[in-house]
Amino acid sequence: MTLFGIGFLSPWLLLGLLALPILWIILRAVPPAPIRRMFPAVVLLLGLKDDDQVTDRTPWWLLLLRILAVAAVILGLAGPILNPREAGERGSGPLLIAMDASWASAGDWAAQQEALEALLLEAQRDGRTVAMLRVSDPEPLQFQAAETWRSRLPGLAPEPWLPGQDLYAEAEAALDDGAFDTLWLSDGLAHDGRADFLAALESRGAVRVVQSARPLVVMAPPGFADGAIELTLWRVETAGSYAAHIAAHGRDPSGNAAVLARAGAEFADGAAEAQVSLSLPAELRGRITHFEVEGQRSAGAVALSDDSLRRREVALIAGRDDREGLELLSPLHYLEKALEPNADLLQGALGDILPANPDVVVLADVATLAPAEEEALLAWVEKGGLLLRFAGPRLAASDVSRAEEDALMPVRLRAGGRTVGGAMSWGEPKALAPFAEDSPFAGLPVPEDVRVSAQVMAQPDPVLADRVIAQLADGTPLVTRKRIDQGQVVLVHVTANAEWSTLPLSGLFVQMLDRLAVSSSATTPDAESLEGTTWEPLQVMDAFGALEDAGTRPGVDWPELVAARLGPDLLPGLYQSEDRRLARNVITAETELAAASWPARIPVEGLSRPRETPLAGLLLSLALALLAVDVVASLALAGRLTGGMRTAAVVLLALGASPPPAAAQSTDDFALAVTSEVVLGHVLTGDPQLDQMAYEGLTGLSETLFFRTSVEPAEPIGVDLETDELAFFPFLYWPVAADQPIPSDEAYAKLNEYLRSGGMILFDTRDADIAGFGAASPNGQRLQRLAQPLDIPPLEPVPEDHVLTRTFYLLQDFPGRHVGRDVWVEAAPPDAERIEGMPFRNLNDGVTPVVIGGNDWAAAWAMDESGNPIYPVGRGYSGERQRELAYRFGVNLIMHVLTGNYKSDQVHVPALLDRLGQ
Amino acid sequence: MSHSPAHLRARSEAEAATLPPLLAKAEHLAGTVLLGEHGRRRAGMGDDFWQYRPAQPGDRRRSIDWRRSARSDGTYVREREWQIAQSVMLWVDQAASMRFASDTALPEKGDRARLIAMATAVLLIRGGERVGLTGGVLPPRRGEPQLLRLAQAFSTDQPEDYAEPEARLMLPHARAIFISDFLADSAPVEAALTKAADRGVRGVILQVLDPSEEAFPFRGRTIFESVGKTVQHETLKAGELRARYLQRLADRKDWLTQVSRATGWQYAVHHTDRSAHEALLWLYRAMEGVR
Repeated sequence: MTLFGIGFLSPWLLLGLLALPILWIILRAVPPAPIRRMFPAVVLLLGLKDDDQVTDRTPWWLLLLRILAVAAVILGLAGPILNPREAGERGSGPLLIAMDASWASAGDWAAQQEALEALLLEAQRDGRTVAMLRVSDPEPLQFQAAETWRSRLPGLAPEPWLPGQDLYAEAEAALDDGAFDTLWLSDGLAHDGRADFLAALESRGAVRVVQSARPLVVMAPPGFADGAIELTLWRVETAGSYAAHIAAHGRDPSGNAAVLARAGAEFADGAAEAQVSLSLPAELRGRITHFEVEGQRSAGAVALSDDSLRRREVALIAGRDDREGLELLSPLHYLEKALEPNADLLQGALGDILPANPDVVVLADVATLAPAEEEALLAWVEKGGLLLRFAGPRLAASDVSRAEEDALMPVRLRAGGRTVGGAMSWGEPKALAPFAEDSPFAGLPVPEDVRVSAQVMAQPDPVLADRVIAQLADGTPLVTRKRIDQGQVVLVHVTANAEWSTLPLSGLFVQMLDRLAVSSSATTPDAESLEGTTWEPLQVMDAFGALEDAGTRPGVDWPELVAARLGPDLLPGLYQSEDRRLARNVITAETELAAASWPARIPVEGLSRPRETPLAGLLLSLALALLAVDVVASLALAGRLTGGMRTAAVVLLALGASPPPAAAQSTDDFALAVTSEVVLGHVLTGDPQLDQMAYEGLTGLSETLFFRTSVEPAEPIGVDLETDELAFFPFLYWPVAADQPIPSDEAYAKLNEYLRSGGMILFDTRDADIAGFGAASPNGQRLQRLAQPLDIPPLEPVPEDHVLTRTFYLLQDFPGRHVGRDVWVEAAPPDAERIEGMPFRNLNDGVTPVVIGGNDWAAAWAMDESGNPIYPVGRGYSGERQRELAYRFGVNLIMHVLTGNYKSDQVHVPALLDRLGQ
Repeated sequence: MSHSPAHLRARSEAEAATLPPLLAKAEHLAGTVLLGEHGRRRAGMGDDFWQYRPAQPGDRRRSIDWRRSARSDGTYVREREWQIAQSVMLWVDQAASMRFASDTALPEKGDRARLIAMATAVLLIRGGERVGLTGGVLPPRRGEPQLLRLAQAFSTDQPEDYAEPEARLMLPHARAIFISDFLADSAPVEAALTKAADRGVRGVILQVLDPSEEAFPFRGRTIFESVGKTVQHETLKAGELRARYLQRLADRKDWLTQVSRATGWQYAVHHTDRSAHEALLWLYRAMEGVR
């Protein structure tokens, strides 16, 4: 039922409004209840009659208030709804809500949920049963009350794949035979098999489509060309121009997720594709995990990066200086040619290159290394580096790895090597034997024309057979490998140029380098070489483009990984096989997207429409408010509103009024109060109990100072680091709590200024330094956080001759409530020396800016108004002694603050006396 | 009534708990008057020296005249000139109607009445008068111990709602102080005053009222009850009764004024929201006038 544009869920409740006039009469007839009042002078009243025999009536406005409250309750319970959908648009009978629920609808999933909520509310109002069907994950239909579905709504999520022929067929199979209307939440993309499903739905009832008008932008897998990353964006709706923003996500150097780069791409009017190239340093590029079109929030707008973007850094080091003009003879020429397209080459001295931590170091005919270089190289290999060595005349001529195996050589070498098929030797140049199954080169085709005419020879050895990964037709090792810890050393027994063999001239050379992971190909690895491999998911992506850990998902075999459709068994994400990584993105180079087209007979509407607003809550709150006013008004009328109740009533009525203005400390008053006397300050930590204890502690210390010394401090003051001026305080006590908020940057600027201008802060972790200085106790960790931005000089435990030990009392320990260990102060300058005949070193001038300890001094100092200690310290007499020592420490500390190194200067007394001629 | 030691002790402690505060407050109040121009001088301060007498237990140490005492072995107290002591009889309304305060910030009428009475007694006893209670409860005596007895007598409450003035056993030509709210029936008051006047007793009447009794700030449907709940009156519109109530109260005051004038007494009203000092000053001056 709809009245004035407001619909009602239970319109018959409105009949209750008819009762209002009756209520009016009843309320009018009943006088307010009498109030009993004690009154000794009642005897004077006896016999007085009321003039007006009619009862004191409830005033009309109070009646109106009550009637309004009741009316609001009735209206509210009737379930009013603003902007209800017109009855004509709505059908009756069961309703099926079908959703594509693919990643394409993830972008405005929130809007879809809202629309669904509205639809379900409407169905609830109409008493229709509802079933939900997600085409991306069809389940048999269950027609249930709309409330049930509303409660399950937050659990609905889109899937990171698109519905296709098979899924539509499955969804069609899930339909039952009954008649129902359908409401289809489309993802806006055309899918195979949709027409059949639509026909099946139409055969059961009317079909309505709701489709978002949101522009869908997706990203193709990133490519790499000419040293820059090529990003391609596609869109479905081609009208109008559109600027997309792309963010490259990855890890920052400390390992936290961060946006490493941003780029903008512009779709021209009518264009379905936009491109942008992103030129990044190799270091940054290697850390990118994925690219994302900002603001899209769907899996299609996320492109994971894999090895195809990673370029390995290869350091090339040759033992022989390049001779000008003899490029083709250079030992590195062929390597450079082979590696340049896919790797970043580093050249320079070994010592300079190793700190850059290259992936691969290639030593071409390098025989001996300096011991330091060798050590560094070995350490680098142990940490996972790949050392690739090529033989050559120098290696053959040297004694490296001759008698015993060199650490950086996989095998021992025989002297001289061999030459075959030359002018002075017998035999033919040797061809390569096919690669063994367990060799990393397994499966590579061996070209017929590769010939080896010279090589270095491996010394036969028990371990030799295990280390050979390629050999010549006659069984001589050609490539040997040795694993060292996480890394490996590979020796190619020929030169890296064409001097000893034709291998560098062949395509096999490049493939072998590839297999050794010296380079990694920018294109998808060729299918044959990956045949039979299983890929283990590392991270998978949901429909919103969020990556999550793959957990224990099963691995995927090779052809399926790239060929199969995405579905529940194959989620988009990052997959790994051995040391290769491959990203399976939602969008591949072959993906074709088209906007959904619906037959003209199907009504299509957008997601947005005037929102149906339930007014029940509003009306019921209004009723409550009216009743609250009624309570106050009734009390006021009955004369019971007195004193505190009046205040309470006013507070009740002024709910939501502005909070009482904070007692704003006038700056001048504050400055006057703080500077007219010596005032000890404690830093407000936000923990009222701790602040109270610090206050009591400083009160106790102030009292002690007052009694024992000529320092007569005023009441201590809690200092708010953010607002108060610190310069007025000679001394701040800062108790550290584990959950204390970190002050703002401005507060730190003030604190540093304070420390530099001669202030002192006593940090107290109050944990007795249980875990040693600042190491593991929560307060200690907090202290580290708190003190990190502070300008604190190097610290040391209080040395025996520190001036703090003798500014007033002679002390060696500084106990508080705990008898803690070290108390730390500014370190003495390293050149401080004891002068002959002086008791103390001539220590640094000035006051240490911080004293750090954990002895909970405030608790030991704390005193109530009558001077009694508040917190127990120790036991019995020794406890009292400890408290006394705590007071003495406090006195010494304040003396140190106020007099600086006066006591320390006494070391000069003998010299002064001497000078005065005494 | 059991008189086991424990019971006695509990009772005495309860009594002692109420006595000192009342006494202390009364002494304090009386002290403020002594400093004023109406105060009586203590022994040795003025020309009215009478005699030295040996100090006795109970004498305040500061009243000892050390100059005189130094001349001999004993200690002496300098006494002022002997005056014929007056007997002052007190009657303080202890009924339930006095146990009323309209606001928590105000003292109950009874407390204020006792305080004023006690302070007056302190002043009078220091002035050498004899103070007692009417009705034979406590015959008039001199000396500080009488104050304790008075305070003890004041610490009892009467259960009835309204009390009648006690005019029995009044010494002829004594002075009397009646402190009450005088809300009860007027006949006994008149009878008591007449009886007192017949015996030549003159004195003062202090009416102690709560501000709400003076203002009647009530509205709406109300049932008024006495403190003991024996009397009640219901009204539908309390606000409309105000004028008539105030009239009745004024009549009552007028009547009291007339009766007191007729019998040679003095009459005043004290409100509990005013300071007790004010009432004490008036009372003291009135007593001087009576004397």
